[in-house]
Order: sequence, then C-alpha cells, then structure tokens
Amino acid sequence: MQTTAELLLLLVVLTDLAVLGSSRLRTCIRAVAAQGLLLGLLPVALASRYTVHVVALSAGTVVVKAVVLPLFLLWAIREAAVRREVEPLVGYIASLLLGAAAVAAGFAIATRLPVPDVAEPVLVPVALATVMIGLIVLTTRRKALTQVVGYLMLENGIYLFGLTQTESVPFLLEVGVLLDIFAGVFIMGIVVFHINREFDSLDSSHLTELRD
Amino acid sequence: MRLIVLWLVPAIAALATGLVPSPRVTRWRVAVLVGAAALHLGVTVSLWSSPGESALNGWLGDDPLGLLVLTLVSTLFFVAATYTVGYLRRATPRGGRVFVSGLLGFLAATTLVALSQHLALLWVGLEATTFTVAPLIFHRHDRRSLEAVWKYLVISSVGIALALLGIFFLATAQHGVPGNPLILGDLLAHAGELQPMWLRAAFLFLLVGFGTKMGLAPMHTWKPDTYGEAPALVGGLMAGGLTSCAFLGVARITEVTMRAGLGPFVQPLLIAFGLVSLATAAVFILGQGDLKRLLAYSSVEHMGLLVLGLGLGGVGAYGTVLHLINNGLAKGWLFLVAGNVVLATGTSAASGTRGLIRTLPASGILLVMGLFAVTGSPPFGPFLSEFTILRAAVGGGHVWVAAIMLFLLAAIFVGMAVLVLGMALGEPATDAPAERESAWLLAGPIALAGLVLLLGLYIPAPLQRALAHAATALGGGAP
Amino acid sequence: MTGHTDWRALVAVAMVLLIAPAIPGIATKTKSVLTGRRGAPVLQGYRDLAKLVRKGRVYSDVSTWVFRAGPVVVVASLVLALLMLPLDGRSAPLHFAGDVVAFAGALALGRFALVLSGLDTGSSFEGMGASREVTIASFAEPVLFLCFAALVLATGHLSLNGAVGPAIGAAWPRDTASLVLVALALFVLLLAENARVPVDDPATHLELTMVHEVIVLDHSGPDLALVLYGSALKLTLFAALLVCVVVPRAALRAWTAPVAVAAGVAVVAVLVGVVESAMARLRLTRVPQLIVGAGALALFGIILLLR
Repeated sequence: MQTTAELLLLLVVLTDLAVLGSSRLRTCIRAVAAQGLLLGLLPVALASRYTVHVVALSAGTVVVKAVVLPLFLLWAIREAAVRREVEPLVGYIASLLLGAAAVAAGFAIATRLPVPDVAEPVLVPVALATVMIGLIVLTTRRKALTQVVGYLMLENGIYLFGLTQTESVPFLLEVGVLLDIFAGVFIMGIVVFHINREFDSLDSSHLTELRD
Repeated sequence: MRLIVLWLVPAIAALATGLVPSPRVTRWRVAVLVGAAALHLGVTVSLWSSPGESALNGWLGDDPLGLLVLTLVSTLFFVAATYTVGYLRRATPRGGRVFVSGLLGFLAATTLVALSQHLALLWVGLEATTFTVAPLIFHRHDRRSLEAVWKYLVISSVGIALALLGIFFLATAQHGVPGNPLILGDLLAHAGELQPMWLRAAFLFLLVGFGTKMGLAPMHTWKPDTYGEAPALVGGLMAGGLTSCAFLGVARITEVTMRAGLGPFVQPLLIAFGLVSLATAAVFILGQGDLKRLLAYSSVEHMGLLVLGLGLGGVGAYGTVLHLINNGLAKGWLFLVAGNVVLATGTSAASGTRGLIRTLPASGILLVMGLFAVTGSPPFGPFLSEFTILRAAVGGGHVWVAAIMLFLLAAIFVGMAVLVLGMALGEPATDAPAERESAWLLAGPIALAGLVLLLGLYIPAPLQRALAHAATALGGGAP
Repeated sequence: MTGHTDWRALVAVAMVLLIAPAIPGIATKTKSVLTGRRGAPVLQGYRDLAKLVRKGRVYSDVSTWVFRAGPVVVVASLVLALLMLPLDGRSAPLHFAGDVVAFAGALALGRFALVLSGLDTGSSFEGMGASREVTIASFAEPVLFLCFAALVLATGHLSLNGAVGPAIGAAWPRDTASLVLVALALFVLLLAENARVPVDDPATHLELTMVHEVIVLDHSGPDLALVLYGSALKLTLFAALLVCVVVPRAALRAWTAPVAVAAGVAVVAVLVGVVESAMARLRLTRVPQLIVGAGALALFGIILLLR
C-alpha cells in the first residue's frame, strides 16, 4: 500500500462494508457521503499532473456525491419523518458476509481479466466490489430510501471503473454522467416523497398493488 | 446541420413549454408540440433523399439502422402529437406544462439515441429518456401511477447503470486499438483487435442493461405496470419508440461483437433471451384481464422476436429490422386505440366492457384489426417480418427454435384474441347510441394502420435498401 | 518446542503478569476523567485483590469441584497463552510451528472453564451469562483465526513467535493496509472478548444485561480474586497481542522492548476507556453484527494479501 490512491480505495471498501453493517439510515447516508468524498479525491490522487479537467471532475464529484445528494437524502428523511432503522430483508450479518464475498469476488475476477495498463491495480477490483455491494443493498433493503443509497453505491462503483477510462471518455460525457445520476436520484427522491404522502410510509413493499 | 436541428428543435421546444409559465389553457403548448413534431418529421424525411450527414466530429450520423429508428420515432411522435390535441381536450386531469414538455423532451432524447454514433452518447440519450418519461407515467398523480413510476425508475435506472458499466468495459476492450474511442465506425473498422474478454463482458452488460430498457424477460417486470398506468399515448410512444431505441443499443453492440467474430458467443444468448421473452409473454397473455397490460406483454413478445431474429442471423437480421418498424407502428396504433377505449369507458379492464364495435364503431374496428396485425396475421406488416424470422430459424437449422416460436405465437394469438374480441364483440352493457369520436383521436391510429397494412403489401425501394443495409451491418442479409 | 529460551523473555512475561491488575484500572480512570469524574485510583485493582485474598470462601451446596477449579484453570490458561507472545520482540518463551492455534486453544480453554464453573452453580443467571459468553465467543473465535491467518500470510511464519515478532517489522511497509485492518479487527475483538463497552458494560451490575460479570456472581474470596485477576490478565493479554502487531520491536534493545510493550498496553487501555466514554452498550442482538464486521475487515485484509 504505497500510494494515496490505494489508501483511498481501501477506505471506499470500508464505507461499502459500513453501509452493509449499519442499521441506521443516517449512518448509511453518511457512509455514502464519505464514499463520495473519497471518489472525489481519487481523480486528483490518480492524476500524474493536475489539469483543469481533473480538478473540475474532482470538485464536481465532491459537490454532487459528497454534499448535495447526501444532504438531499437527509432532507428526505427529515421531511418524510422516516424511522431510523434500515429494515433489511437479509440480516446484517448475512449482508456483511455477502459483502466480504463480493470483495473477494471483485479481486478474483479482476485478477483474471486482462486489465490494460491501469495506473492503479486495486482500482478495478474495488470498482467491481462496490458495484456488487450496491446491488446487494439495492435488492436486500426494504426501504425506498435505502434502495436509493444502494443505487448511489452502484453508480459509485461504475464511476470508479470509469476512472480507468478518463483518457478515452471525454469530459463532456463525465459531466453528462454526473448530471444524469443527479437528475435520476433527484426525481427518485421526489417520488419517494410522494410515496410517503400517499402511503404514510417509505416502505416500498407497500407498492404491491400492480401484479398479475 | 440537419442532425443538430433534429434534436435541438424538440429540446428547445421542451424547454420553452416547460419553463414559460402560462395560466392559459394548454393551447399554445399543443401548437408548439405539433409544430415541433411536424418540423422533426419533415427534416427526417429530407434525410432520406440525401443521407450521409454527420455532425459533432462524427458523434452524430445517420447510418441506415439509425435512420430507420429515427424515422419510426418521428412518425410515431407526429401521430402521437396530433392525438394529443384530442386527448388533452378529453383527459382528466388535463395535461399541462409537464406533460407537453415531457413529450418533447422524450423526442429530443430518442432522437439523440437514434443519431448517435458514439456509444456513450447513445447511453446518455437512453438515460435521458428514463427521466423525461417518468413524469408522463405519473400523469394521473394517484397511488397506482406512483407505484408504476417507482418500479419503472428503480428497474430501468439499475438497468441503465449496468449498461454504463458495459460501455466502460467496451472502452477497456478498445484500449490500444486505433481509432476514436467508442465511435461506432472505428469500433467496427478495428473490431478484430478488440480485447475479446472485455468485449464479451461489455456485450453481457449492455444486453442486460439495454434489455431492461427494452423490456426483455426476465427484466420486463416494469413493463405491464408502466404501460398499464401511463396514459395510452405515452404507452404507445414507449412501446413503439423507446423500446426501439433501446433495441438500437443492443443492435449496436451486437454489430460490434459480430464483426469481432464473437457470433458463437452472442447468438445463443440472443436466442435464449428471445425465447424466454416469448414464453413469458405467452404465459401472462393467457388469462390477462386488462387491455393495456395485454399490450405490454405483447410488447415483451415483440422485443423477444427482435432479439430472436438478431440471434438467428442471416435473413433473421433482415426480419428483425423490418419487424422493428412494423412492431413500432402497430404498437402505436393499438395503444392509441386503447386510449380511445379508456377515454370512452373510463377503464382498460376487460371485465364489463362489451360490444365496443357498437358503442365506438371506429375504435372498435381498429382494435380488432390491430389484434390481427399485432399477432402477425396477413396481410399486415408484422406477418411478413415474423415469417422472415421464422424462415431464418428453419433455414439456419434451428428447427426446434422455429417450433417453439410457432407454438408460443399461437398461444399468444389465442390469449390476445380472447380478450380483445371479448371487448369488441357482444352486447354492450348500456343501450347508449354509438358515440361520435373525435377526428383528432382517430386520424392517428388510422394513419398508423394504413402504414402497417402498406408495409405488409409493398415495401418501397428506398426502405428496402435501408433495410438491407441495416441487416448487413447486423451480420445478416436481405432475403 | 525449543529448549533454548532467553531468560529475559521470562522477565518480560513476569512484568506483564505484574502490571495486569492496573490495566483495567487505567481504562476505568480514563473513562472517569473523560466523563468529568475523579474515579477510582489506577491501582485500585491491587487493593481489591489483596482484600479478596484475605477473605474466606463461600460455596453453595450444589456446586462441585468444577466450580472450584474454574478460576484456577482460567488464570493458568491465560498464562499459557501469554508465554506464546514474543514480548521482547525476539522470541517467546514457548513457541512452535502452529502455536497460533494453541494460543486460541488456550483462550478457549479458559473460557470453557469459566463457563462450566458458572453453569455448575445451577443458577439461571449464571446460565444466561454463560450462554451469552459462548454466543459472543462463537463469533469472536473465527475472527481471531482470520486475524491470525492474515498475520501468517503477511509474515510467512506459522508461529506467533515469528508472526508478531521479528518478521512483523518487515511486513509493515509491504502490507500496511492489511495490517491496519487486522489491528482494527483485533481491537474490536479485545472489546468483545473482555466484555467491554460496546459489547458489555463492566460497570453495570444488573444481571439481565451483563455478560461476563454475571457468570462469576457466586465466586467469593480468593476465588473471586483469581477471577478478577484473570479478567485483568485477559485484557492485558489482548492488549499485548495488539501492541505486538502494531509496534515492531525487533530493532529495540532487549530491555526497552518489554517496557515498550507495557507502555503500549497502557495506551490500549486508555483507548478502551475513550471508547467506553464515547459509546453506549449495544443491544445483545447487535453484538454479532459488530464482530462479523470486524471479521469482514480481517477478511478484506486477507484478500489484499492474497492479491
């Protein structure tokens, strides 16, 4: 573990595990905010020289992922008076074990894939692990807001993988990606708010009227 | 230049109708909507006479396949726009700012998808469709539409996220390969040099991701809910236009992987997804009790047919491209008619609705005709394209695939016929005299029906050429 | 097992045995100061022991020799485990390939004796405490093994003598991240195994919430003194293990190494006190979650090593 980037990636995995293991919604959101901050620092840590592009990407990521979205989620909790518990479908211990398995799988897959000359060997496995853990949170948590948290982690993992491609995917698209994610979660948040008003609960398992 | 106009017009119109507050009724907004749709269609048609444009460093272009999708979307949208005129007079709640602006935003996003030669740009366009469509689905602002929009957002956001990962995998596969990153032409030119492992991973993720947006089984679960709850014209645009754009995404990556010589890996996957979609649709169509949900499962079926044809290759690719057009037009037709039924009866549930042919003569007849068109009966277009796909299955030695496909198509026909004929025929529950239907609400479906019938009888030469080109690009050929 | 043992290593062990009663005192003192109280003196532990040794024993009619043997076995097993730690950074008094398993086994033996002596009283309170203790241990032990596995992988030594002795110094610059994760996991284990907050509150005396304290309700006099000394020694042992992992001592002089260990143990005790003043006790159902979380950290450390 020589570089700052590796340390940051390591902390990303710890925030992943923190989301899986915590039973409080606020803790989950804080962990995702911390993850966003780490993701924002990564482009700077990975860059060989500091161009405007790198700094702008970094700043934009921090603003969106570490400040705006978490605040928005916290606002949604307050506004909708959500109860604090996460209410998982799969227990915390099982989730943590699944998460550890996902990390192991991420590393196992990454060693088998031919990764072309990336600066940071841990980047790809951590990205894959974060994607998988995001999917785990998305599918094993009952609350609509926790699912948004899972979706954010999924997007974070994809963003991490995207960092291997900063040369080939130009700036314009990265902005588009950030904005799209932002817009998506924003609308989802608003919908969540409406769900609450209609059902007096943010439990997405109430949304079962439409079925065959 | 025309390509930029094509997506700037709806984008600006969407902003204008969305941002300018107007206390008045929606008249000027509808005028902007129809005007933008007409302009869009006009420019699109002009592309047929002199194609081969590109813009933004080759990020936008009009290759045959993209142009076909663009034309389909543009036609459907123009029809839907005229329908909106009549719809907004009748619908409750009346759509306003958000509705018209969302529709125009949808057109801008789908245009971007159809024209983009840069796969990441294509992804941005598809992601944008998700967000422009969400407020349209939530149009009624009640509990059921809320549930529908929630499912739609969650499932398709995850799908589109996985697709983005697929795009990144594709970029990784292109590492060290000459050409501009993620530009379709350069990918195809150097397909053989792409890293096969990453290319496979990219194909899998893009198939699942875009397949979610298409509504392939088993990622189709949002579809019946969304189409069932969204206003019928939105359902038509989604089933006809949006799914076609998502299919374009699948087709693009299939183009690249086929060219890279990964056919043996790609084709079985496509065939499997196709058959699973057909089977799922058949199971849920049998015994279905709601017209719009029925159409949703029919859409799952036709998406299955599209990837099935793609997977079979040869003339199957030609059948797929033709079917893309036929299905898009037929779905628009049926959803608009279903919209008329909902406007008149207040529900799309089959129980209690009888004798539509008497109470709503025009829509009733269009509904029955649409049933035959969409299930692939001659002389309508879908018959031709489904038959071509079947021929590809038999000709390619996939006799079992052909047999399963025929069986499932028959089951689907029975299921759809039971529901639709039950609604159209019989004694009406009330003795009310036949209702006079608005011309705005009938012109669109009639025009689409005419097009579908025309495509079943005669394919114009330029279209034939474009279809053949597109089929060749997808690793097949014209029959 | 080697016949050649440095007598200075034995001196280091004796020193740790000597300072053990003060270690919980340091934790308690820290907590008291941080929460604005004066607190008991750090050396109160020695006074308690001296007082208890002078008192008589009381045994209930139903208890057997198992009850009496418990405290002795606890202390003996902990001393055995302590002998396997290379406190001076060179060699442990007792070491052989695979002694990591023996170390865990010694801990398990002590726990087994304590639990049996609790169960032997036939009291339902003690039974409850015993069941909680075993529940927690069943989660904690695999985590301990994960930590050891990481250490073994990082250093290439199958013995604690090497794994936390001279070889750890070379491993730190190479596998910093893994070792930090292992240290974190070990600290959580220390809290869990020694019934500290947030797993158990040593200050409470409400039987329904206690884990460790409730098992020893029936012990009295010198027996209780042994039990108290045992729990202090266990805390010291875990703290010493943690210090052995975190502070490479191979470069230190033979006499400064044990002193460094002693100082490190005191620092760990202060940390425990800080945690206790900052956190509330977790609900019992949440405890496994915490320990499995520590296990996930250790597992992640192993994954990083295997890469």
